[in-house]
Amino acid sequence: MTTKPLDPAVLPQQTAPRSSTAEAPPPARVTIRGTARTARRLTVPRSVRRTAGPVGLVLLWFLTSATGVLPESVLASPVDVVRQAVELTKSGELPDAIAASGRRAAVGFLIGASVALSLSLLAGLFRLGEDVIDSSMGMFRAIPWVGLIPLFIVWFGIEETPKIALVALGVTYPLYFNIYGGIRSTDSQLIEAARMMGLGRLGLIKYVILPSALPGALVGLRYALSTAWLALVFAEQINADAGLGYLMSNAQQYFRTDVIVLCLVVYALLGLACDFAVRILSRRLLTWRANFEGGA
Amino acid sequence: MSTMTNSVETRGLSRAFDGNTVLHDLDLDIREGEFVALLGHSGCGKSTLLRILAGLDDEIGGEVTVPARRSAAFQSPRLLPWLKVWRNVVLGLPGRPDRDLARKALAEVGIAERAGVWPKTLSGGQAQRVSLARALVREPELLLLDEPFGALDALTRGKVQQLVAELWERHGCAILLVTHDVEEALLLADRVLVMDEGRIAHELTVGLPRPRDLTAPEFVTLRARLLNWLGVTRTLEGTPS
Repeated sequence: MTTKPLDPAVLPQQTAPRSSTAEAPPPARVTIRGTARTARRLTVPRSVRRTAGPVGLVLLWFLTSATGVLPESVLASPVDVVRQAVELTKSGELPDAIAASGRRAAVGFLIGASVALSLSLLAGLFRLGEDVIDSSMGMFRAIPWVGLIPLFIVWFGIEETPKIALVALGVTYPLYFNIYGGIRSTDSQLIEAARMMGLGRLGLIKYVILPSALPGALVGLRYALSTAWLALVFAEQINADAGLGYLMSNAQQYFRTDVIVLCLVVYALLGLACDFAVRILSRRLLTWRANFEGGA
Repeated sequence: MSTMTNSVETRGLSRAFDGNTVLHDLDLDIREGEFVALLGHSGCGKSTLLRILAGLDDEIGGEVTVPARRSAAFQSPRLLPWLKVWRNVVLGLPGRPDRDLARKALAEVGIAERAGVWPKTLSGGQAQRVSLARALVREPELLLLDEPFGALDALTRGKVQQLVAELWERHGCAILLVTHDVEEALLLADRVLVMDEGRIAHELTVGLPRPRDLTAPEFVTLRARLLNWLGVTRTLEGTPS
């Protein structure tokens, strides 16, 4: 670090005792060098750095498969996975499977979301509803929902119903707790002000309570959708005769790791697509907040 | 309508929270069109009284008569962040949201150009103006102000106080202003009440001509009296908090 020559008038005493001692006194003035210029070194853009990891892993996967280090019985090469994707799409098997799984996820989600919405509104808006529903939901949540699969098979058989029921159940909890929490965290000062302005109970619900529950509800929706796909993966292990799970369990019998990996990739892509949709939805519904946060 | 009609009448008003009495047997009259300031230390019951007059708290003893048309502005503007500014102004009015009406009300407080933005993009002073517009668009006979200038910086506060004085003269509604600020009370009000432990301990009629001069000897005398009532020694400059 270089310091500019000091004005002797500023530091009359500092220079005096310096002569003999080994440890120099700390400099009285320091120069702060700007880093703004030097930051323009040869840097890789952040987006490139971020994609480098995943791309590198796929490349490693490809190389180890091509050289035979990674045998096909353990994990098929990415080339085979892509080839399978093309073949199964041509034969119509993959689109059919996606449609069957998608239908289960959609029906299950709609049922679960309706239940969650009704319960959370009842519990959030009525004292009686809160007392009856919320404690019960707390109790049911302690049960791991995946553990209900045997019971669902006993109740609903092995057809579509238990699969849809499992998805519905998985969706209900995150949506319920987030909407209920959102309703309950409504700012009481806003409620007072709105009451003062002449809003009745319905007006309060419409203009104050539901809008303030919306951010929480959207977070819940994101969890719910990812849970829906997760629930589907579990549910489709039950004696499925169509859908991605069916494709997977078939492939398992023939040790087709390429098909298994393909199905996992499809599950992941569907999950990502849902997540993306909710993010778009949030951005549109919460413009009042996005504006404040700088349009992000 | 005689000139002595009361806008607000409380008779034997009392309010207790968990056995802790906050208002004691309060008799208060506010005449139509009168500007009353209510001073007092934190926790003296002034905000409780305002909430009761607003109709937000009805667990009371005694009797309260207030105009049906009344509105309020609070220390924080309490705008709904998910409604555009103009929708906030006409929220709760019967019929379809009337944008022209909102625009007129916003023009009156000097921010018509902000009608179409989200409340979170407003500055503190602007939001407080919107809150005033929202209160006044209802043409209230009684306007309740709960420290509406408390959170504003000194420069903005002066401007908004001036605005309230103008609006009051134009609308002619009765105003009850709850405040900590002795000068604010003396600048704006016809009558200043000092509350202490749930009772009106002192009352002062401010006979000074408007607009009032902070440095006038009469003003300084009244201020000293109020500060003395509030238990603030005279050598201490400024206002109690």
